[in-house]
Amino acid sequence: MQTLWFLSSRLVKGILVVLAIVVLDFFLIHFAPGDPAAVMAGESGATDEIFLQQLRVKFGLDQPLMTQLGLYLWGVVRLDLGYSYRQQMPVLDLVMDRLPATLILTGAAFVFSLVIGVAAGAWAAANKDRPLDRAITTISLIFYATPLFWMALMSVLVFSVWLDWLPGFGFEEVGNTDNVFERVLDVSRHLVLPAVTLGLFFTAVYVRMTRSSMIETARMDFVKTARAKGLTEGVILRRHVLRNAVLPVVTLAGLQAGQMVGGAVMTETVFAWPGIGRLMYEALLQRDYNLLLGVFLVSAAMVVVFNILTDWVYRLVDPRIEVAR
Amino acid sequence: MKAKLLGTLATSLVLAASVAVPALAGPKEGGRANVVIQPEPPGIMTGIVQNAPAQMVGGNIFESLLRFDTELKPHPQLATSWEISPDGLTYTFKLHPGVKWHDGKPFTSADVVFSADKFLRETNPRTRASLAHVETITAPDDLTVVFKLKETFGPFIRMFEAGTLPMVPKHIYEGTDFKTNPANNTPIGTGPFKFAEWVKGSHIRLVKNPDYYEKGLPHLDEIYWHVIPDAAARSVAFETGKIDILPGGSVENFDVARLAKTKNACITDKGWEFFAPQAWLWFNHRQGVTADARFRKAVSYAIDRKFAHEALWNGMGKVSTGPFADSTAFRDESALVKYDYDPAKAKALLKEMGYKGEVIRFPYMPYGETWQRWAEAIKQNLEDVGIKVELIATDVAGWNKKMGDWDFDISTTYLYQYGDPALGVSRAYVSTNIAKGSPFNNVGGYANPEVDKLFAEGATAFPDSARQKAYSAVQKKLSEDAVYAWLIDLKFPTITHCNVKNLITTGIGVNDGFKEAWIE
Repeated sequence: MQTLWFLSSRLVKGILVVLAIVVLDFFLIHFAPGDPAAVMAGESGATDEIFLQQLRVKFGLDQPLMTQLGLYLWGVVRLDLGYSYRQQMPVLDLVMDRLPATLILTGAAFVFSLVIGVAAGAWAAANKDRPLDRAITTISLIFYATPLFWMALMSVLVFSVWLDWLPGFGFEEVGNTDNVFERVLDVSRHLVLPAVTLGLFFTAVYVRMTRSSMIETARMDFVKTARAKGLTEGVILRRHVLRNAVLPVVTLAGLQAGQMVGGAVMTETVFAWPGIGRLMYEALLQRDYNLLLGVFLVSAAMVVVFNILTDWVYRLVDPRIEVAR
Repeated sequence: MKAKLLGTLATSLVLAASVAVPALAGPKEGGRANVVIQPEPPGIMTGIVQNAPAQMVGGNIFESLLRFDTELKPHPQLATSWEISPDGLTYTFKLHPGVKWHDGKPFTSADVVFSADKFLRETNPRTRASLAHVETITAPDDLTVVFKLKETFGPFIRMFEAGTLPMVPKHIYEGTDFKTNPANNTPIGTGPFKFAEWVKGSHIRLVKNPDYYEKGLPHLDEIYWHVIPDAAARSVAFETGKIDILPGGSVENFDVARLAKTKNACITDKGWEFFAPQAWLWFNHRQGVTADARFRKAVSYAIDRKFAHEALWNGMGKVSTGPFADSTAFRDESALVKYDYDPAKAKALLKEMGYKGEVIRFPYMPYGETWQRWAEAIKQNLEDVGIKVELIATDVAGWNKKMGDWDFDISTTYLYQYGDPALGVSRAYVSTNIAKGSPFNNVGGYANPEVDKLFAEGATAFPDSARQKAYSAVQKKLSEDAVYAWLIDLKFPTITHCNVKNLITTGIGVNDGFKEAWIE
């Protein structure tokens, strides 16, 4: 019963938050100078007043702003996110088309950063103040501080241009094969550079967080008790220290997971990865209002969902935590 | 170092010149061309979407009645021959027999009448403006079309180019809403390649049209247009061999010299003759110091165009000397008042007019790194003669808004001139083309009844000698007034791997389809 109350109250709050975000985004986007009709007309190289007006009528931009908002919200309620002016497709279809690529990329980066980050952090904590600890900490600091776009370009330069080990752009080698296994292999090869590049920043964060949290937990009384009981260091670290130290990492992982669906604008752009982040970036430049709002809405909804899930995972990791009402 | 880079480019240009000449062994059949497309177009039905990437892909699917060589002379395409009556008012075209649409239906004169009289009048502003001179379009038989004009219109023949007057299938579009017809997503034309698939955000694939009416063409089996949004990534894709062709503007200019030196890279600046893009500096004629001709002349003298031409444009194109670009018809060098780089003259003019250090707002064109660097160079040139400049950064939408609202003092821009002053030059100078809210007309606000009259005369005078008289006079007047500061007659480099042969064969360049291209 308590669980049901928790879920339903969180869901209602979540829906209200998402709607508020949509309304806010709607006004922010419309206050940016320029409109999509002028951008599209400009791309045509030549235009006239009739053409501009045709576009504005077609996109409903000739309506008052509040009418446009009302129509948009009414559409959202019916799960109709409108039509993309620039891409000439329904927004929902576009977002759904791009979602798999984004989920593959951000999912791979998420798993990579979480596994490597927590493992390396735990390893560093177990070897506190030894050369291994210093090496891991320094490397993670470098990854933490390096701008993502630079990392992306350098990884393409080294692994794609110089060494020719991995493809530097795209989702797959288009038109090469229809064999499913070969395609999976091909997509995996294309995934390595963007996923690792995207994952490195969070890896560094997990390393530092896991390490400091474990070192702090290792000072607790229950660890002394475990040691007094005669447990081995490995068991103490795995069963007692790591499990208790992992809570802040879960919080962070929840945040990262929420951002996943928003895509990775920089990574997707540099690696020509056909995901949501790139879609959002292009929509912004082209003032493709409906598309931009659609991407924002889906991202906001996912952040809310992952926040609820994170709270849920807290309970599993640490049963002492009561479900907040 | 710069001389060395230019030397490399020059060598590559010579190499590329050989690209246009078929090898003795003859073209190799088959293969696939991988090309960059940037940005991803909203559609590739060129009757509806006219932006450059749409035309680049659509030029393989849709055709017009004629093609134009680098001298802008017409050649047969869907028309085998054409006749212009002695009074210049009647144009009669004989169509190629046996042409089929990609769905197998025959292409006839009814399609031409529908495309010109119905479809494009509604959808294409540029075509609409030219068709305003047309009284009737008739089809006496299946293979003959007659255009009767209300008055002579000099550039009329230049309309029959794939980007301006693409033929669209009447049997698919008649009686439908042209802009929402589902066929826009699976376009059907008469061209050498057929639409196969479009994976949004990834690629567009075209395949050979086996029933193409020109026997032995096309040579390639398929073309993949890859969407790669980042300029650096496009360069890398070319270097690693994933991409064979980088159409003009695909990579930043500062990367061109480096790419030209990479293994198996050929570069050419051919294929821009028809479009004749010209870059210039707008002046806002309505207010402040930019309304004073002496100030405009001072700016014109202060800008070092040669530096920008060599350092920012790799020596491609030509330094502009007047409002008509190098390959635009009726250009008359002898009529121009020229503004060579001369900071001393600029300073003297500023002193004469009593310039008091008013800050000039410069929202430069946000079309990438090259344009930003150019704006910085211009700012430096102007500050060298004592003009204070505020650079204003915007994105494309924001810049369009500023220009449409006349919220600027100076700004860079470039426009296509389409080979003829009546098609691409007059729109930036005539007072009838001043309208707030649109960023694509005479946004500088220059208004001169004499210039209006000369442009009108030039458009409709007959024969060409009469047009030349009007256009020489207008060039003299515009340059005397230093209406805008004309910068560079642009040409964008097309970079290919050298085994790509015969890619650019006309003045329309990569937009004219890849039917003659082959891969060695």
